[in-house]
Amino acid sequence: MNITRRHLLLLLPAASVAWKYVLAGTPEAAPNYKLSEHWWGMLIDLPKCIGCGNCVRACQAENDVPDGYFRTWVERYHVSDYDIENPQVDSPEGGKKGFPPAKDGKGKNFFVPKMCNHCAESPCTQVCPVGATFVSQDGVVLVDPKYCLGCRYCVQACPYGCRFINPRTNTAEKCTLCYHRITKGLTTACCENCPTGARQLADLRNPADPIHEFLKTHSVHVLKPSMATRAKVYYNELDGSVR
Amino acid sequence: MNVFKDAGHLFRLAAVFVAGLLIFLVIRGFLVPKSFGQFGHYRADAVTEIAARPIKFAGHESCEGCHADVLAKKKNGKHAGVNCEACHGPQAQHVDDPTSVKPDKLDTTVLCARCHEANAAKPRNFPQVDTEEHSTGLPCDTCHQPHSPVIVAGGAK
Repeated sequence: MNITRRHLLLLLPAASVAWKYVLAGTPEAAPNYKLSEHWWGMLIDLPKCIGCGNCVRACQAENDVPDGYFRTWVERYHVSDYDIENPQVDSPEGGKKGFPPAKDGKGKNFFVPKMCNHCAESPCTQVCPVGATFVSQDGVVLVDPKYCLGCRYCVQACPYGCRFINPRTNTAEKCTLCYHRITKGLTTACCENCPTGARQLADLRNPADPIHEFLKTHSVHVLKPSMATRAKVYYNELDGSVR
Repeated sequence: MNVFKDAGHLFRLAAVFVAGLLIFLVIRGFLVPKSFGQFGHYRADAVTEIAARPIKFAGHESCEGCHADVLAKKKNGKHAGVNCEACHGPQAQHVDDPTSVKPDKLDTTVLCARCHEANAAKPRNFPQVDTEEHSTGLPCDTCHQPHSPVIVAGGAK
């Protein structure tokens, strides 16, 4: 039989219907996990952070983050006695291999782990032109790699510098708050591997979560509150010099 | 029907618009995934896809099921709060297949220093040493027992 243009045109709709069924297979969702019962955030207890870089290494191992890119990283601040406005910040390789000795032991020295703040009003999701990034119903800012065009709008929109373009996939990537772990009842890779408990996953919709008592009894801040992003990464005893 | 006498060209135009709209709707029906817009302006299936990614760190509860002896040793020591994989690395494969996948042996000279090497930015009350001066390159577990880091007479090994 000769296939003419007419035959092909008739076949196309049938083929596309078939293809739609091929694509329909979706992976199994986590059982017993209800999106509406959770509202995730994180607590970072700065006085406990020792800058070991375990979180950075754990994140890279868990999420297959390419070398030189970070979903979380640790910054070291040095604030001299008279110049609080101009802290010196370093983060060699994101703190993955620890930190060299501080040059100046005087003044204030401390570590600040950084990551996606999982903002409830996130600027990054608002600028996405294709609906590839969103705040999930349980409060996690996620990227759909199948929908992302790699246009980089979100990378420049994030006030915290938490996004990057993965050079392997050319799509935007960021901290998922280990969504594949927390939906299975595990904690995030960074929290699991923090030796001092400086990082703690928090479920703000769970009344039994210790975060509620902590927020009531400690001096807790978020980064850049002036941006009105409703960030959900809470820093205990955050120094005013931290940007 | 005098009103429509000379309006044929308008009907043809309208027909072109309707046909165009139909084609648009059909194509859109095929291109937009079914779950798009279920929860918001995104593909709801992406949530389940992201949740289905494999884990690499098994979590300390998985370790404690088999290694109760280590848990008992750790429990009252200074390292009680340090989870297994913080030092031993990601072990989900070992949990899935404990006989053929074994964790690597650890080098305490590197490992302990990650946390305990002295640095002015670390909290004052955190135990830190200048490893050069403290041990002159000897592995830490020559004297310290890593799971409960007290000094053991005659060495920890």
